[in-house]
Amino acid sequence: MECVFGLVGNDYAIVVADTSAVHSILVHKSNEDKIMVLDSHKLVAASGEPGDRVQFTEYIQKNVALYQFRNGIPLTTAAAANFTRGELATALRKNPYQVNVLMAGYDKEIGPSLYYIDYIATLHKVDRGAFGYGSYFCLAMMDRHYHSGMTVEEAIDLVDKSILEIRSRLVVAPPNFVIKIVDKDGAREYAWRESVKPDAA
Amino acid sequence: MSIFEYNGSALVAMVGKNCFAIASDRRLGVQLQTIATDFQRISKVHDRLFIGLSGLATDAQTLHQRLMFRHKLYQLREERDMKPETFASLVSALLYEKRFGPYFCQPVIAGLSDGDKPFICTTDSIGAKELAKDFVVAGTAGDSLYGACEAMFKPDMEPEELFETLSQALLASVDRDCLSGWGGHIYVVTPTEVKECTLKGRMD
Repeated sequence: MECVFGLVGNDYAIVVADTSAVHSILVHKSNEDKIMVLDSHKLVAASGEPGDRVQFTEYIQKNVALYQFRNGIPLTTAAAANFTRGELATALRKNPYQVNVLMAGYDKEIGPSLYYIDYIATLHKVDRGAFGYGSYFCLAMMDRHYHSGMTVEEAIDLVDKSILEIRSRLVVAPPNFVIKIVDKDGAREYAWRESVKPDAA
Repeated sequence: MSIFEYNGSALVAMVGKNCFAIASDRRLGVQLQTIATDFQRISKVHDRLFIGLSGLATDAQTLHQRLMFRHKLYQLREERDMKPETFASLVSALLYEKRFGPYFCQPVIAGLSDGDKPFICTTDSIGAKELAKDFVVAGTAGDSLYGACEAMFKPDMEPEELFETLSQALLASVDRDCLSGWGGHIYVVTPTEVKECTLKGRMD
């Protein structure tokens, strides 16, 4: 089952997602990147229906880019999160997207932020959030060990603890995870956590 | 589980002597899981009018955005704030527009109308207004809130006593409802000032 979680530190935000692409009982691939780099300082970790996930996040990415082209300045994380919520809310009573989103971003004046947007367009700014069956374990681990102003090393340690918990306690635990970070230097991949070497392709 | 109970909420408004108070819980959940403990359910329309939206959080957020938009437009055209009675009718109309595909929300509206007379009102999800002289309740903890408020309410309470009474009623009621709680927000509004407080309750 798909696991996506994230947390905010003193000047960074981290999001983690599993990397299995699953169809019923079959694992198509185990190196599917579910965290999209929205723009230079934003990350969108999405989970849910695979087609909707890719289509919706690409749609958001292109619209965020369009805003920057038209207006010459990038959107803030809050603005991008509210735009995403608006798109999900508009589609909700017509043709809903089954995509849960954790949007992490860094703004120069505001600092790091994390937005929880679930598939029925509930938006909330959080310090730590998670989706999927893994959320039961991640949220508990983060509630226990998280404190505001964590360093990157402490946060990665917490992420590893959460991944260990998912691997040991979730019956359909995904084997591999990708960790991405966003801070003043931008959004980038931080590390992979692999317990099953993915296919060569 | 009903769609109204998906996120969990508790809202109550009570009338005092030339003042009113409106209070909510702080939990945002997804069925059994708690997502956040700092969710704002009550928002200020203007200094003398507050609205709280219980029920499905996504519809509460959408409805809130639509209502703020309509009120800002009214302010631009009329060059004044909306009266609470007018606002209640606006809420009712917006909800009934979606009669056959409703917003899954139950609003609680509280304001000071002409002559500093407190006005409270709630509607159901399709806009049926219920005006009350003493208190109105909404949310998953609604039944408990009715009982607690009925027991604790006295007419013509001063702001300090109203604050105490409403806080106790809210905290007692959410403690009996697993889907709401994690503290409370309370606004006590008099003609001269708005007092906003966070309540510490059982965090479970």
